[in-house]
Amino acid sequence: MTTATTPSATDLFARALRYENRADPYPHYARMLRHPVARMDDGSWLISGYQEIRQLLHDPRSSADRLDPQNKAPKAARSLLLQDPPRHDQLRRVVTQEFIPRIMGMRDHLGELVARLLDAHTGTGPGQLDVVADLAYPLPVTVICELLGVPREDEPLFGSLARRLTRGLDPVDTQTEEELRELDEARGELINYLEGLITQRRTSPGDDLLSGLMFHPDPDQVMDPIQLRVTLGLLLIAGHETTVNLIANGTLALLRNPDVLARLRTDPDLATPLVEEVLRYDPPVQMSGRSALADIDIAGTTIPKGSRIRLMLAAGNRDANRFADPDLFVPDRRDNAHLGFGGGIHYCIGATLARAEAQIALAAIARRLQSPRLVTDPPPYRENAILRGPEHLVVAFERLAPDSAPAA
Amino acid sequence: MTASAAAGLRTGRIVVVGASLAGLRAAEALRDEGFTGELTLIGAEPHAPYDRPPLSKGVLSGRLNCDHIVLPRVRNIDARWLLGTPATGLDVPGRRVELADGRGVAYDRLLIATGTRARPWPVQTGGRLDGVHVLRTREDAERLRGALVAGPSRVLVIGAGFTGGEVTSSCRELGLAVTVTQRSATPLASALGGVIGRAAADWYREAGVDLRPHTTVRTLEGHPSGRLRRAVLSDGTTVDAEVAVVATGALANTEWLAGSGLAADHRGVVSDAGCRALTADGRPVEDVFVAGDVARWPHPRYPGQLMRLDHWDNAVAQAHTAAHNITHGPGEQLVHRPLPAFWSQQFGRYLKSIGVPALADQVVVTQGSLDRRQFVATYGLHGRLVGAVAVDSPRVLDGYAALVEAGAPFPPVLGATDGPAHLDPVDAAFPGRAAGSTPDHALSAPAPTAHR
Amino acid sequence: MITQPPPPPLRLVVDLNRCQSYGQCVYAAPTVFRFHGEESLEYDYTPDAGVRREVARAAAACPVQAITLGGATEPAPTASGDDR
Repeated sequence: MTTATTPSATDLFARALRYENRADPYPHYARMLRHPVARMDDGSWLISGYQEIRQLLHDPRSSADRLDPQNKAPKAARSLLLQDPPRHDQLRRVVTQEFIPRIMGMRDHLGELVARLLDAHTGTGPGQLDVVADLAYPLPVTVICELLGVPREDEPLFGSLARRLTRGLDPVDTQTEEELRELDEARGELINYLEGLITQRRTSPGDDLLSGLMFHPDPDQVMDPIQLRVTLGLLLIAGHETTVNLIANGTLALLRNPDVLARLRTDPDLATPLVEEVLRYDPPVQMSGRSALADIDIAGTTIPKGSRIRLMLAAGNRDANRFADPDLFVPDRRDNAHLGFGGGIHYCIGATLARAEAQIALAAIARRLQSPRLVTDPPPYRENAILRGPEHLVVAFERLAPDSAPAA
Repeated sequence: MTASAAAGLRTGRIVVVGASLAGLRAAEALRDEGFTGELTLIGAEPHAPYDRPPLSKGVLSGRLNCDHIVLPRVRNIDARWLLGTPATGLDVPGRRVELADGRGVAYDRLLIATGTRARPWPVQTGGRLDGVHVLRTREDAERLRGALVAGPSRVLVIGAGFTGGEVTSSCRELGLAVTVTQRSATPLASALGGVIGRAAADWYREAGVDLRPHTTVRTLEGHPSGRLRRAVLSDGTTVDAEVAVVATGALANTEWLAGSGLAADHRGVVSDAGCRALTADGRPVEDVFVAGDVARWPHPRYPGQLMRLDHWDNAVAQAHTAAHNITHGPGEQLVHRPLPAFWSQQFGRYLKSIGVPALADQVVVTQGSLDRRQFVATYGLHGRLVGAVAVDSPRVLDGYAALVEAGAPFPPVLGATDGPAHLDPVDAAFPGRAAGSTPDHALSAPAPTAHR
Repeated sequence: MITQPPPPPLRLVVDLNRCQSYGQCVYAAPTVFRFHGEESLEYDYTPDAGVRREVARAAAACPVQAITLGGATEPAPTASGDDR
């Protein structure tokens, strides 16, 4: 043991990833922040400072190619998450133009979905609810299935695929051989599933997002059949594995801060800034990655061209140089330009949908659950380090009231 | 400093002359800084503070009306407002501002934020003709909007800087025929140089504008009725137009400071780097401060010259610096050293700039290309990056800001995936300078079009 | 006669130096914010009070916090006015 010495960036990153620290990686991020830009033993760079992350998210020298040795897909067959301009911009334009109009004006519908999910537990006496399984997961999954026109009965199949593939986003050295093999298998299964869906939709298109993407006027010809499949996979996984954590992490913050929960109950509009604070305080996507297209001078050091870069979004969100009292959950925090959705050209496409889902879900929880309390604190967490969140979030309550005010 | 001296800085009487963006934000910042004394705002215009950028865009196009562009007041300031009462004189030793209505307002500390006005067309060459417009105030915009809605057969825009480009763009949206004269080879030349200017000239032409480079207006001629009839240009040709918009720059509103002993002229009021006004012989005046478009100050980043920025964010930032320094003692003074930034919206494009492109001797496109809709161009002086301009690329500019801030080498080594494989900088082609020469007074020369 | 002053109108301004055209405000309050061209934001400085909630969502969602909302409760200054 070398407890007396300062842990290296490599150590701190390993600790932040270790499953035993999943419930609370924040003390490790706080130590990272003492060196906002640090080189790790494998030559990659760990960026934890807010300003430094922000710069690299906007820097023309940053590539979205993570230089992941595990990713054997040819460049053109990678999702827009990993694409650089100009191809990234062309792809994103297509996806944005098809996706955004379909989610505008959706709040009323989201309110109905949330109401329906909670109604299943309405009663006159005490009970329990797993906020993950009963609300946070099915809400975004239903929405993404409806948007894409994916049959709801297929959900268990690709739900499990999404889960297995998400684990694949984590750093390779945290995964076992078995997991990696399993990952390849899941990839193959997902490809088969998506190919089937695409074939079906090509012969009988609808007004869903998948049909929209398939038949979008595409002068740049970026949405070829392979890219269509990749984009579809990205949207499905993003729809399954991110908002669930936003809602669950938000619920957790509410239950740990009863005064905030009480405020939200009397002032449902508090949900608006509160969700931003969840995105800062406990973001569903903890980190992102880049690589250096040229030498990058930053924070008094130089990240050499060709280096892999890890952007610790969740650490930057706790940077005291940017946020006053960074470890406090302040539901109406001002000037909250958090990194929860990243930034720059890769800013989360689904941000507006995720926000609406979380605002409506959290307001409904505050409104309808009487005397809610956490059954286990901390709750059990999922393996995933990057898309991090509770596996279950069991909440006991005195009563789950029928809805009096629609959420939207 | 003693506690009582510190408390003294937060009490007493503060007068802010100028009730537009800088004046309003300074007043709010003074309260944020804990100032509890008497606060007075004096404004020449009769309106609550409003935002000027939309005047040349949404207001002219008719998508926004002038009653709507009042600036939000971010907090209560418990101030006395004297609107529609221009300041006409300043007695520095007597600490007193004279008003047009004959009243005087005494102060303990003063902030000058009187801004600029549009440079008018000379009376001798047609400046009084009916149909000749400038654009700076709500009234200007309403008058010009009225003239455009009447459906003139042609509009003449004099000057193709930012304001000229925005006005031209709005006129084209209204379907009006437009002729634009421009002293330099291209639009935007004095701010961004001729290379980016050539791209801008294409925007004009694509929009169907009759652009006349290397051309000035010799005289504006009227009908006997006093209405504008036509313009005689420097090349001897004439342009028939019922409306002319003069967009040839701005003059600082400093006439009221004549005889005050302050270093003030049509270019602005000179201050030190902490926003304290200087006397004509260069001594700082302890209780007089300057902020916004009217201020000229030695920016530490750009030694050897005085900088004046008629930029929206500088008005806000300098208001905050001044408010801080007004309310703090000698040990806690801030230096005003922002990275200059501005934007323009014209011909459906969003142009953003950081640093000072006008300082540069060379320019190179680093992302996209000039003939495409989106591009980023970087500007260098003596091998250092001094500015960047992004057209329809707003999400990458922050990265360049960090490079300019750091004084990165020029041309920058970026490896951008949407940039040319090899960067080949060319002369930035600023008008009136020999190729490759260094600008003498790029910052202190009055910009041909003031942009806000 | 003393009458209750009307609630102050909803007013906002966007710092277009900060704005990076993420579009979050357009999605949150489409009757207030819009793109004019591909990346140029245009907006109503004084929207109808009925969209107060949408505007609050837009301001909160802005990734660069470029939207400033009015916070003053004092009456707006006028020329005739406030000469105590």
